[in-house]
Amino acid sequence: MKTTYREAMRAALRDAMQRDERVFLMGEDVGRYGGSFAVSLGLLEEFGPERIRDTPLSESGFVGAGIGAALGGMRPVVEIMTVNFSLLALDQIINNAATLLHMSGGQFNVPIVIRMTTGAGRQLGAQHSHSLEGWYAHIPGLRILAPATLADARGMLWTALQDPDPVLIFEHGSLYNVAGELDDDAGAVEIDKAAVVRSGDGLTLITYGGTLPMVLEAAEQLAAEGIEADVIDLRTLRPLDEHTILDSVARTHRAVVVDEGWRSGSISAEIAARICEQAFFDLDAPVERVCSLEVPVPYAKHLEQAALPSVERVVAAARRAVGTNG
Amino acid sequence: MSTVRNQGVPDQEHALHLLRQMLRVRRLEEKCIELYSAAKIRGFLHVYIGEEAVAAGVMETLAPDDAVVATYREHGHALLRGVSAGAILAEMYGHAEGCCRGRGGSMHLFDADTRFYGGNAIVAGGLPLAVGLALADRMAGRQRVTVCFFGEGAVAEGEFHESMNLAALWQLPVLFCCENNLYAMGTALGRSESQTDIALKAAGYEISAWAVDGMDVLAVEEAARRAVDAVRSGGGPHFLELRTYRFRAHSMFDPELYREKTEVSRWMERDPISLLQGTMQAAGQLPEDTWATLTADVDAEISTAVGFAENGTPEPVSELMRFVYSDRAEHTGAGDGAGKEGAAG
Repeated sequence: MKTTYREAMRAALRDAMQRDERVFLMGEDVGRYGGSFAVSLGLLEEFGPERIRDTPLSESGFVGAGIGAALGGMRPVVEIMTVNFSLLALDQIINNAATLLHMSGGQFNVPIVIRMTTGAGRQLGAQHSHSLEGWYAHIPGLRILAPATLADARGMLWTALQDPDPVLIFEHGSLYNVAGELDDDAGAVEIDKAAVVRSGDGLTLITYGGTLPMVLEAAEQLAAEGIEADVIDLRTLRPLDEHTILDSVARTHRAVVVDEGWRSGSISAEIAARICEQAFFDLDAPVERVCSLEVPVPYAKHLEQAALPSVERVVAAARRAVGTNG
Repeated sequence: MSTVRNQGVPDQEHALHLLRQMLRVRRLEEKCIELYSAAKIRGFLHVYIGEEAVAAGVMETLAPDDAVVATYREHGHALLRGVSAGAILAEMYGHAEGCCRGRGGSMHLFDADTRFYGGNAIVAGGLPLAVGLALADRMAGRQRVTVCFFGEGAVAEGEFHESMNLAALWQLPVLFCCENNLYAMGTALGRSESQTDIALKAAGYEISAWAVDGMDVLAVEEAARRAVDAVRSGGGPHFLELRTYRFRAHSMFDPELYREKTEVSRWMERDPISLLQGTMQAAGQLPEDTWATLTADVDAEISTAVGFAENGTPEPVSELMRFVYSDRAEHTGAGDGAGKEGAAG
């Protein structure tokens, strides 16, 4: 069936609400407005205002309420408009959701799912454009998902809702309109393993979320030059499936990590470090990284594009890794 | 808003029970101070001494399946909610027998059996949780009440206001209990709030709110019972500002430079335990031997608890990585080792 990332997310929400009466969606403008990215459009009419619950602009309050509702036996899905706004709820996410199981000695699970958009590329300026999922991936107790494909947009939510622990799902804003074919019976997907979405022995390109389409395009260009790449979609940033990364690097001996987050202290830094720690002697070249420039993402289109990873930068990094850059 | 004060002579048996509850908290914490000074327990230790009437009065009005959310000054709340003194002390010892197996310590006591949800060391951090617990009850159609204790320092935090608004907007079954002891660490209320009438702030959110003499356990219980009954019967959120005072420093590290000793001693004249003792004695309800038996019983309980904690076993380091993620096998039967991530890293 032909669908879009947005529709796949919506189908996942509808499916979750139909399957389990404990599931409800809560967030800013998820109801009458239809979701700020139109993901929940129509769900209010279908499930009513108790289960498609509009909230005031109070991220800490409603994320915390979601955590409390999870403690109380519900299965809340909380939507935050963007990762930038989630910073207002950091206390609840990090000091409560991530810690309660441990601090309570295993007594209290927090089965909440928090969805938010991330990423740049739509000329929204710094306060709507950052990629902070790598920060969240720093936190033990959280599970961090980044669906990049229609199948994952459709399937990750259900698995996340079955997880007894807090799960954060990062939806890149540039993906919502991505259209494609999805199996009619597409359903839950596992959320523990990275996926090798393209195979090749020349080098390993590692990415996730919104930069996956760009990396696949770069892989096409590289293939035209005779460089066949393994492309890994991380899918889950925490717990990180390092086995898939290390297996690939052991075959290709070269790695480029593409991450829309800033380079300093990013998830790409973590991945590069793990490759160096565990596969140093497999490497034939230094690990390359393509990240956003270390600047608040600007509004002007040419400046924004210059700040972000691009096909050209990925291709250039890959050429450096394989030593064909002169 | 009116200020609730107790009037009249209490029922002897019930008054004796309240007296015992307050004394249990007092003796437990006096023991904590002793154990802390002896370096048996560590970390931050915030005692509730002087404020016992609040926890004792409010807990009395709750049903077993109600929920309680508290702050880092929560030994009394945990104890009076039903967590044993032994499990509380063992937690402070970092022992496996502790109510959180040594992960929480003094500031993070939790107990699923009594629906005691902490133990939150972030000021105001528990308020949104209480709203959510109440929301879950409302959505599931359960007639339960969630009680949330917090200090007056929390009133300056955004989460206080967000939580008041949500609870009132959605008419949730939650009772907010603000323990106004006048100092947020060392910052006096008047130096941190433009409006120091806290019940008035809550009322600004269309929440029924009363200020209560928090040194008078009978007044606290009366107000709490009225509020809990109203919440349980669908009256939406309620709010009590419990005007109280802590006799001790904020924590064991606090040199108390911010208040006069005379102020403390003035408040100690209204020690909630002495106050009830006095009321009962005046009514002929507390003969000398009854008091002696009561104190002996409480001392024995605390002494047994210390023995339990002292003889506990340190939570093994081999268990360190447990409870970061759930054992999914227990939850889904999947058992894919996802929870073991930390062990490898």
